[in-house]
Amino acid sequence: MVSANLQTAGSAAGMAVGIHGVSHSFQLEDRPLPVLDDVSIDVQPGEFVALLGPSGCGKSTLLRLLAGLDQPSEGRVVGDGADITAPDPSRVLVFQDPTLYPWRTVQANVALGLEARGLLKTQGHRVGDAIRLVGLAGFEAAYPHQLSGGMAQRVALARALVNDPRLLLLDEPLGKLDSLTRLSMQGELVSLWQRSGLTALLVTHDVEEALILAQRVIVFSPRPARIAAELVVDRPYPRHRDDPHLVELRRQALAVLGLDS
Amino acid sequence: MSASGITVAAPGVTPRASAPALWLGGLLAGGIWLGAAAFTAWLPDEIEVGRTQELALLAAVLGGLAVLAALTSGLFGEAGLKLRKAGPWLSVLGLALIGWEWLTAKSGTLPLPFFASPQGLLEVYLEDWPRLGESVLRSLWLLLTGYAIGAFAGFVAGVALGWSKAIGYWVHPVLRLIGPLPATAWLPIAFFVFPTSGSASTFLVALAAWFPVTVLTWSGVVGVNRNYYDIARTLGASQTFLVLKVAIPAALPQVFVGLFMGLGASFSVLVVAEMLGVKAGLGWYLQWAQGWAAYGNMYAALVVMALMCSGLTTLLFKSRDRLLAWQKGTVRW
Ligand SMILES: Nc1ncnc2c1ncn2[C@@H]1O[C@H](COP(=O)(O)OP(=O)(O)OP(=O)(O)O)[C@@H](O)[C@H]1O
Ligand SMILES: [Mg+2]
Repeated sequence: MVSANLQTAGSAAGMAVGIHGVSHSFQLEDRPLPVLDDVSIDVQPGEFVALLGPSGCGKSTLLRLLAGLDQPSEGRVVGDGADITAPDPSRVLVFQDPTLYPWRTVQANVALGLEARGLLKTQGHRVGDAIRLVGLAGFEAAYPHQLSGGMAQRVALARALVNDPRLLLLDEPLGKLDSLTRLSMQGELVSLWQRSGLTALLVTHDVEEALILAQRVIVFSPRPARIAAELVVDRPYPRHRDDPHLVELRRQALAVLGLDS
Repeated sequence: MSASGITVAAPGVTPRASAPALWLGGLLAGGIWLGAAAFTAWLPDEIEVGRTQELALLAAVLGGLAVLAALTSGLFGEAGLKLRKAGPWLSVLGLALIGWEWLTAKSGTLPLPFFASPQGLLEVYLEDWPRLGESVLRSLWLLLTGYAIGAFAGFVAGVALGWSKAIGYWVHPVLRLIGPLPATAWLPIAFFVFPTSGSASTFLVALAAWFPVTVLTWSGVVGVNRNYYDIARTLGASQTFLVLKVAIPAALPQVFVGLFMGLGASFSVLVVAEMLGVKAGLGWYLQWAQGWAAYGNMYAALVVMALMCSGLTTLLFKSRDRLLAWQKGTVRW
């Protein structure tokens, strides 16, 4: 894999994130559907936290709150001490579904954030760097309908990274990748995170992935999501999945999720 | 990894390495057209028409060109291959010319003045081309100004309706009440209210194009995937950016559906307006020809009108194909 140097602009230290007593519910027809139930998490600047939980428990909803796309029904979400009330390019969300713009080429999709903020002229070179980072050099001129699902997902990742975020919210960004690409992208994610010092929140279904990548794994209960367990993964990088410490943590996590037969 | 790359294959034609040197279909078509020339030139006319020899000459030239193309099409590569596809059509058209010539000029089965012979049409084009040409230009001008105004207004109205609740509140009821009314219903009022019949007709053509463009642009903007906006907002997009760079491109396929419908509607309004008000253009020419029982002129004008409408539609398709090259599986015109 090409090791592109997507240099951060220096200032970009990670963002401190606070989730204080957040509850959220959606209005379904006539009755409310509680999705998050009194969730509190504190994330240090530059920390890598993974969120694990059963499907439909409210993980994506939590990330949308952190991105500022929705407001919590109760409680506060805070970035660097200030309430998060609106989206901001310093907090970038990589959606579960890549949702690339079908009318834009890969290049133009990745350039979206720079273009929106009028930085394309001065920082356009970052686009190529980001595309190389996700291993899609040569596909700059392709349209989304010409990409595979995994490639589209990688473009979505590049589209987020190009903005040099201080908080990276990842909603199963490696979900559609084959296991080989997945492994190398995990490595890239870790080294990107280590290089840039950004804060990362990763939602995943994959217990192993959470343990390989994150310093802390938060396990949610089924909907409405409550924090069921918190595992600290105090192992140096790069990690190996057969590390006995990780195997033990994996067993614990699965037990919390109710999957230890 | 770095060696990866893609090439986007041109849709449709697959270039073959070497085309066979001789094009038999072309020879056949050439033969038929030469036959039509001989048929026209040597059989005596049953009815009284001029320009028979000119028609024969024209058919002979076309036949000669077809034969020439048949012998040399291998040299033209891509264009030659395209021409080959037209072979069956060329042959059938030659046969149709013979049949038409037989039914009208040579046997008189289809009598004058209601049916025109091929040389009759040719005569109109050769003798009345200044008036016909002026009519085409007048029609084109009226159509294009009216359509451009209507399409632009419809596009702006559609985007505004889809984007702003306040605008929607005021425009939506007007659209619902007035939009479905056929533009021709405004004809009497328009000719009365507007200072000139030209401006009245421009208004009517614009109105006809406005409604479908508005409705489809509107539905296109409303139907844009909400996630597209969320993505752009998290990346720091302004409202202007959301409208210009997200909503409009995402709605563009729908906008083009509206543009096609609007073009069709403005054609029919154009003809009616010219027949009833403007006293110029192809619609007027048609009516004038009918008034003088000059059916040959009428057919000639109809052919020109068909070419004009088809040409404009093709132009619209071409611009859509350019703008929406990112779409897959669209109809090819
Ligand atoms: N806009 C919405 N309106 C109503 N209900 C919603 C909305 N978005 C999400 N929900 C509901 O909230 C619950 C949690 O959704 P969410 O997308 O956060 O789950 P998730 O944990 O990300 O699941 P998965 O792992 O399958 O992606 C679901 O039951 C879903 O039906
Ligand atoms: Mg989700």
